[in-house]
Amino acid sequence: MATTFLTSTVDLVARFPGSVTADARPGYHGFIVEKDKLVEIATAIRDEFGYDLLTAVTGVDYLPENKMEVVYHAYKTTGGPGLMFKVQVPRVGPVEVPSLIEVYPGVDLQEREAWDLLGIKFTGHPDLRRILMWEGFEGHPLRKDWKEPFYEEDFKPFKSRWPEGKHVSAEEKNPFKDNLKYPQNFDPEKWIPEGDAMLYGSLARYTTVDPEGLKADRIVVNMGPQHPSTHGVFRAAITLEGETIVGLKPVVGYLHRNHDKIGERNTYLQNMPYTDRLDYFNSMSNNFGYAIAVEKLMNIKVAERAEYLRVIMAELSRIQNHLVFVGMLLNDLGAMYTPALYAFEERELILDIFEATAGSRMMCNYFRFGGVVRDVPEGVLQKIKDLVFDRLPAKTDEMERFLSENEVLVSRLQGVKVIDAEDAVRFSMTGPVLRATGVPYDIRRADPYGVYDRFDFDVAVRYNGDLMDNYLIRLDEIRQSLRILEQAVKQIPEGPINSQKPQYQVRVPAGEAYGRIESPKGELAFYVISNGKPNPWRYHVRPASFVNITALEKMCLGTKIADFVVLLGVLDIVMGELDR
Amino acid sequence: MYGLGILKGLRVTWDRFWSTYTEDIAWLARGKKRYFNEEGVKARAHKDTRGIFTVQYPEEKLIIPEEFRYVPFLVYDEAADGKKEVRCTSCGICAKVCPPQCIWIVRTNDPATGRPVPVPADFYIDADICMNCGLCAEYCPFDAIIMDHDFEIASYHRNVFNMEHLLKPASYYKNIRPLNYQRNEDERKAKEAAKAAKAEAAN
Repeated sequence: MATTFLTSTVDLVARFPGSVTADARPGYHGFIVEKDKLVEIATAIRDEFGYDLLTAVTGVDYLPENKMEVVYHAYKTTGGPGLMFKVQVPRVGPVEVPSLIEVYPGVDLQEREAWDLLGIKFTGHPDLRRILMWEGFEGHPLRKDWKEPFYEEDFKPFKSRWPEGKHVSAEEKNPFKDNLKYPQNFDPEKWIPEGDAMLYGSLARYTTVDPEGLKADRIVVNMGPQHPSTHGVFRAAITLEGETIVGLKPVVGYLHRNHDKIGERNTYLQNMPYTDRLDYFNSMSNNFGYAIAVEKLMNIKVAERAEYLRVIMAELSRIQNHLVFVGMLLNDLGAMYTPALYAFEERELILDIFEATAGSRMMCNYFRFGGVVRDVPEGVLQKIKDLVFDRLPAKTDEMERFLSENEVLVSRLQGVKVIDAEDAVRFSMTGPVLRATGVPYDIRRADPYGVYDRFDFDVAVRYNGDLMDNYLIRLDEIRQSLRILEQAVKQIPEGPINSQKPQYQVRVPAGEAYGRIESPKGELAFYVISNGKPNPWRYHVRPASFVNITALEKMCLGTKIADFVVLLGVLDIVMGELDR
Repeated sequence: MYGLGILKGLRVTWDRFWSTYTEDIAWLARGKKRYFNEEGVKARAHKDTRGIFTVQYPEEKLIIPEEFRYVPFLVYDEAADGKKEVRCTSCGICAKVCPPQCIWIVRTNDPATGRPVPVPADFYIDADICMNCGLCAEYCPFDAIIMDHDFEIASYHRNVFNMEHLLKPASYYKNIRPLNYQRNEDERKAKEAAKAAKAEAAN
């Protein structure tokens, strides 16, 4: 497993002498860019070198070195490895970095996240508000000197658990509120969420005057956080003119638990079950991404049989995700429950396989560094074969017969534009939504990981970028996943399922790694920094759902409010992953 | 023709609707009960399942596979005189590997020498915090902590299990996880045999 990042074919240092240096820290890659030249260099990276897809923006707090760093990962939609560039700023006073929103609009929410959690100010960002934390919150929780309520120690395992582990409940030891910091002069009883005023201020103006001088009021409608169609606690503040959407801001963070901070307190292995809780429909995929990132750092190979087991599990996971997507899309459209329950039937059978293999239906925790936990028990591989060769193809066809030609559905979906290819790339969208616009970008092909390069499959692609294509591409992908599975279950070799000795604390050399996979929802990536200690120094998740909603406003402007539900539906968001 | 697609789709629901009844009749004709017994539940989880799919919990329960994991328990072996021999040596690996840090162990110290004795004085699992990940059982070198199958632990109070509550006999372990139990036993026997062979060679 090579840890190469593309530095050979692009020589940024030669192109910008004096303002770019190669990152020479051991285990690190990419380029360090002068802060003042960041926008110029990013424009060149996009236009001259062709890295049009900026997937991740990560803030890192290097407290001992007293500096902060912002890491950008850029890729080409035509495929190939990525380009990583970083900007470093001193960690004193206001930490300021120029915003890249003009070059890559997809950084919008990610820059807001870095501001919210790390206090990195992106100058030039038009709407730099908190995004995951609430507006009255003080401090930036991902900074290394910030301590959460019920803080015990910087790193797990905690010393109080053994050998003198007399049980104490956290709330007894540390009653609620005592460790909670409020801004100065803050009274929670009297607090008026000024953030909401800021939110509505960031939407379009309330009153308009039409050419004839007629004053008209716009209405602000809050879809969510308690709304059956928003797939969890997602809220969108929408400005309406009549029924037409003229402004939209996503408001997220209701399910925020600071997964990154938890991850930095954990040891490497302890993070594995936590990744299950990101996109809880696809814990196998989440495990996959994290395992890849840490394996890159450790520079270890994965056992051959485990590679195939990983692919089998990840593809089964994709199939059930897409089936449920179809069911839930129909739910959003008002076809209550029948398609959803048909989808759940197949999902149950797939979850039975996960349960028999990994021990849990949804929180699989199946991957380990270098392999997987255990081999598939007897009979389970046969069950997978039964599903793959026999049941699932037939059921996918049945789903197609059931829905795809239904005139009511077709007239509802066809021609409703989601987004066009150019905007999708600009807004860093990945996954089926991007592929439905005609960009055949699939990480399994574009930047292969695991053993995906051994399988014969097509990247599902549709060209209209409307709702119908977004629906159909899911069925296409199920068929392609079945193709991969057919080959995988045939080719799977015998042998050990882990290349490493089981250890409860792995040794991870210092350095950084970016592990990315094609999760059913788009690019899921983990950026992990190790300083050689048992716990990661930085652990950042780049979730597909979160980045994909950056374009939500763009998608919805000018459409009718009734279409919002479906437009959000095709993004296939999961709040566990979005809010982290 | 407009409406053909709808009719095609309705055909699917129509078939699905009747398949429940045709299945029921087929089971009746074979003189078997499709509901409220294990065979019926198994058939509903089979790849050829048709018709109604739901399992009517709590009257019916899904068949739990061996690897299913829920809040762990501690294993004790029953000695010949009926004494409980706790397998745990309070080495603390499970407490160290536990991601939400819900395992608390008090180690026993010999009152005379003050040195640790390989038996836990007390052992707590905060089941409300436990995330059922199974890492403790996976990394326990003594097969002393095992993931349970008993998932019906809802209660009106906090579930902080102490050692008394956590201890279950090895026979229970064997009952819920026969294959794993056998594997552990084989490994242990192989280890003992190797040890004996080594001792013999030394003599």
